[in-house]
Amino acid sequence: MLHTVNKSPFQNGTLASCLRFMNSGDVLLLLEDGVLAAAAGTRCSAMIEQLLQSNPEVYALTADLDARGLKRVIPGVKQIDYEGFVDLVAQHSMHAWL
Amino acid sequence: MKFAVLVYEGPYNHEASDSAYNFIKAALKKGHEIRGIFFYHDGVYNVTKLMEPPQDDRHIANRWSELGALGIDIVACIAAAKRRGIVDDVLVPNVRISGLGQLTMMAIEADRMVTFGD
Amino acid sequence: MAEVKKIMFTVRKAPHGSIYVYEGLEVKLIMAAYDADISVVFMDDGVFALQKGQNTKALGIKGFEATYGALVDYEISKIYVDRESLLSRGMTEADLLVIGEDEESEEPLHPQVVDADFIANLMAQQHNILCF
Repeated sequence: MLHTVNKSPFQNGTLASCLRFMNSGDVLLLLEDGVLAAAAGTRCSAMIEQLLQSNPEVYALTADLDARGLKRVIPGVKQIDYEGFVDLVAQHSMHAWL
Repeated sequence: MKFAVLVYEGPYNHEASDSAYNFIKAALKKGHEIRGIFFYHDGVYNVTKLMEPPQDDRHIANRWSELGALGIDIVACIAAAKRRGIVDDVLVPNVRISGLGQLTMMAIEADRMVTFGD
Repeated sequence: MAEVKKIMFTVRKAPHGSIYVYEGLEVKLIMAAYDADISVVFMDDGVFALQKGQNTKALGIKGFEATYGALVDYEISKIYVDRESLLSRGMTEADLLVIGEDEESEEPLHPQVVDADFIANLMAQQHNILCF
């Protein structure tokens, strides 16, 4: 399954909830303010770093990273464009954690 | 593959309608079919022709209208629209107001329903 | 005949502070009239939507306890609550609304409190999931 998260982990518990419901093999896409979770060296970085140990497919939308000027992304997080997003949706059933 | 897209938030205030639009453009480019686009909650404000953004900004309602001109079914929920003063008279072309039955059919018929909201 | 599609609703937001839960309920009631296999999962702040004894009178906004209390009448009976969300908000099963009554025994029906594993596996079986 594909899970999408669009909230900042610094002020919202959505990412933490999503992680609790992810099975092994599930994929995470961070978009909108959700990409803030992909920033390296923050108080929330451990969430994604830990997820990568069990679920290596973690993506962040490049357009949202760029818009926010985020250059230092956690190693292992893959950056994709909207076409990549479309491919992920085509490959997996999904839940948007709104 | 057949996608349906659901948008919950109003234009400009939230990134949801931009994300939805960019997703749809990419899906079309990759040859996928868009079964429909459904606006719910404050999302119904996306399709009013009364919006007049500054000239150097994107015109969100016109963008939806252009997708509608391609033959994509674009629906604003009637219950949500009436609550917020969105009626047929204020719609941009190529968009319609209809019931939640349309959302139901999209959720059933589309291979994937992709939701953008807050 | 085409196979009946599984559609899940997830309710993650608290009621009344915003309209999402209320308008989300309207979608469930309409969809229930169609040929779909519907389940509803309350998680995170969504569990507050099932809290007993809501009174929105002083707010002047319409409540929905009566409707949630009759979901079974709308033929929505697969109603689940995430245990950890419930417990971490200081609630127990006893705080939850009744969602209808058993047709034969007339016993009250309660939402089913389940673990995250159960919900994750149920999610994986769905045709589409709508988050309200």
